[in-house]
Amino acid sequence: MTGLLSVKDLRVGFGQDPRANEVVKGVSFDLAAGEILAIVGESGSGKSVSALSINRLVDFGGGRITHGAIHLTRSDGTELDVARADEKTLLGIRGRDVGMIFQEPMTSLNPVHTVGAQIEEAFRLSKGLTGAQAHKATLDVLGRVRIPDAQSRLGYYPHQLSGGMRQRIMIAMALAASPRLLIADEPTTALDVTVQAQIMALLAELREETGMAMIFITHDIGLVAGIADRIMVMQNGVAVEQGEADAVLDSPQHDYTKHLLRAVPHFTSGKAVRNDGRRAEPHEPIVKVDDLVVRFPVGKAWFKPKGAIHAVDGVSFDLVPGETLAIVGESGCGKSTTARALLGLNSKTRGEIVTGSGHSVRPVQMVFQDPFASLNPRLTVEALLAEPAIANGQRRDDTLRARMAFLLDRVGLPQDALTRYPHQFSGGQRQRLCIARALMLNPDVVVLDEAVSALDVSVQAKVLELLVDLQQEFGLAYLFISHDMAVVERIAHRIAVMFAGQIVEMGEARAVLSDPQHSYTKRLIAAVPAIERRKQRFAVDMTQVPSLVRPPGFEPPPAQWREAGQDHRVRIEDTP
Amino acid sequence: MSYVVQRLLTFPLILLGVSILVFVAIRLVPGDAITAMLGTEAGLLTPVQREALAAYFGIDQPIWAQYLRWLTGLFQGDLGISSIYGKPVLTVILERFPLTLQLSLMSMVIALSVGVPLGVLAASRNERPSDLVVRVLAMLGQSTPNFVVGILIIYVLSVFFGFVPAMGTFTPLFADPLASIAQLIFPAITLGFAFAASVTRISRSAMLDVLSDDYVRTARSKGATPMSVIWHHALPNALIPVVTLSGVEFGYLLGGAVIVEQIFALPGLGRLVLDAITQRDYALVQGTVLFIAFNFLVVNLLVDLAYVALDPRIRIGRR
Repeated sequence: MTGLLSVKDLRVGFGQDPRANEVVKGVSFDLAAGEILAIVGESGSGKSVSALSINRLVDFGGGRITHGAIHLTRSDGTELDVARADEKTLLGIRGRDVGMIFQEPMTSLNPVHTVGAQIEEAFRLSKGLTGAQAHKATLDVLGRVRIPDAQSRLGYYPHQLSGGMRQRIMIAMALAASPRLLIADEPTTALDVTVQAQIMALLAELREETGMAMIFITHDIGLVAGIADRIMVMQNGVAVEQGEADAVLDSPQHDYTKHLLRAVPHFTSGKAVRNDGRRAEPHEPIVKVDDLVVRFPVGKAWFKPKGAIHAVDGVSFDLVPGETLAIVGESGCGKSTTARALLGLNSKTRGEIVTGSGHSVRPVQMVFQDPFASLNPRLTVEALLAEPAIANGQRRDDTLRARMAFLLDRVGLPQDALTRYPHQFSGGQRQRLCIARALMLNPDVVVLDEAVSALDVSVQAKVLELLVDLQQEFGLAYLFISHDMAVVERIAHRIAVMFAGQIVEMGEARAVLSDPQHSYTKRLIAAVPAIERRKQRFAVDMTQVPSLVRPPGFEPPPAQWREAGQDHRVRIEDTP
Repeated sequence: MSYVVQRLLTFPLILLGVSILVFVAIRLVPGDAITAMLGTEAGLLTPVQREALAAYFGIDQPIWAQYLRWLTGLFQGDLGISSIYGKPVLTVILERFPLTLQLSLMSMVIALSVGVPLGVLAASRNERPSDLVVRVLAMLGQSTPNFVVGILIIYVLSVFFGFVPAMGTFTPLFADPLASIAQLIFPAITLGFAFAASVTRISRSAMLDVLSDDYVRTARSKGATPMSVIWHHALPNALIPVVTLSGVEFGYLLGGAVIVEQIFALPGLGRLVLDAITQRDYALVQGTVLFIAFNFLVVNLLVDLAYVALDPRIRIGRR
């Protein structure tokens, strides 16, 4: 292996006085040809800024390299200091020597040009291909990123493709120039876990095929275990530790690396499930959902809908007090629609939702995903907490204030919080406020829709603990909606796996996680990244979620179930 | 396509509403039509003559009967007779409209061809001296009333160049294109001045938004040249607000530009409406307002079609 890139004491600053405002404070690393370096760190650690300095895109974000050198060996063998190169030289570096893919495939492609045109442009810029040659090269590269039916996809606009497909297009675009170095900036963070596994597998295979080096930036130290040769851990603009992947993961030297490795939720295939609050037989459900169907009409053509999205199709489950049922699945599988239907936030097409005789007039309450968007910024905490009670006809009296004070104390917030506004709290504190708000009317059931997904890992763990405590104290039933298997393992008693609007597997958490039966559940669990899974080669799996749009009047065949154990049932799959 | 048909079907309903509003509003204005028509001579009329005149113009009937009669005429393509000109209202409007249409189009061409490049230039050199110059100019353009601009133009032309633009009768475009454009170029610049300033400001801010979007960063990471990034990747995404603004402004211009028509002594739609209102020419007011409303609807429809052409996300749904 020969040296490809050598970064020496890189410092990057922002603003009027970049020297005083440094985000990267002296980072050095080397990269050999064909090597994969993972840069790991939390937001604000300077990992993206370091990477964007390598092709000097950082200039466009207002950044300035104040010190240091970035020696890049170009494909013709000459060496260049990128930190001092002029804009004209840099145009030749970008794309050709250094390709890049970004975090948000939804926004990183130009919405007004077809994906074919955007890839062809990359060929034209890097290799001067035009017309039929560019077209042929584009078809070829789409095949390499495993896009089926490439010919017709060329004419698609980005919005017509799924997130995973768009990320493949991004990769294809970067590959067009056959770069010797690919910078991947959190390329899978915005994607579902099975799609993430597909993209990771693809990147690993492409590295084998082309021998290009990669810099892989991520906040998830568990994710890089499967792909990286070397790991660099960054904190506050400084590389606190770097070395061979195995060495960093197995015997971390720096405290921060140790902290990161501990904070990442480890998925243990059902070994860490809760042992409290098992459902007793016989049980009296507090909520019983029977054959819930939610459909949204699509494509209205003169009064008659062309069809319907079968968002939720024949979902049945029940919940007993003190129990957590987790609904897991990927975006678009209908898990949030189910939760919203339970609260009457969207109307159901068919089905029964029966609430048992609990102690509350409003038995079901909800906590949403984004703690920043779900609290009105113009209301004080007192007004926010009083809102559900007032909406329910209570008066703002001493009893109500006592209840607020009690709940604030229970969720671990100070009493003086009442007079403050939401922006004065951190993300974790805001989610505690949302939980307190949901508990104001003393509900029996709380629906938690991705309630910890937006929080940092260490905060996440504390909020989960709080939820367990509250559940034990008030005998709450939780409907916990999540895509994160490691989190689900820690809070769920029972798990329902949803796929394409239907429950495909449901049962006791340990049974579902340790012995998944349905092919989708197996895929989902296999895709969970873990530090233990080193150098694991995923097969490139191209399974797509089927379209949920059905013609009018379509009814799916009735579900067939088989028992896989006590309280563990699996939907029988059509034989392929 | 069915979208366009659906939109066209709503036109008659909106026009009906507009016509009722105008019909009532013009009759709420104090003063009667016959006095306005005859001026001081109206005092000489005997009550019998007055009634006879009222009956002749049909304004002795109750308002709903007048409206029904007017509506019936409308369906037969008859907008009534203008009392000022003694000619059918439609004929009067169509005599004036070509000038207003041409003037509006010329103003818009000027505004877009000056405003968009300036806005793009300012955005791409954000916070640098050229950006500041453009911003000051745009602010100045927006805050200068157009009668000031018009009078300044006439003053400069006549005092320094001894040139007086043709006034009075309008030379139609197809009769003598050069003379026609020459006659309207200065009024068009006057109208286009503030319009261009608005376009500059809105295209600058739209471009600034777009230039910080992720796909622009993607284009740069591919090695696209600065020119290609701005014109090929960014500008098409920044045009939607420019089209919205242009549509609204163009719609207003089609309603006539009273002040500029007055300054340059042009027989356009704006002065026609003004005369019709001051002289209580009910049929003419009614007809021109309906015509202007119709133009507005057509322009709005064109704007929506422009969105469809510009943005594939509106054009094609998800597959």
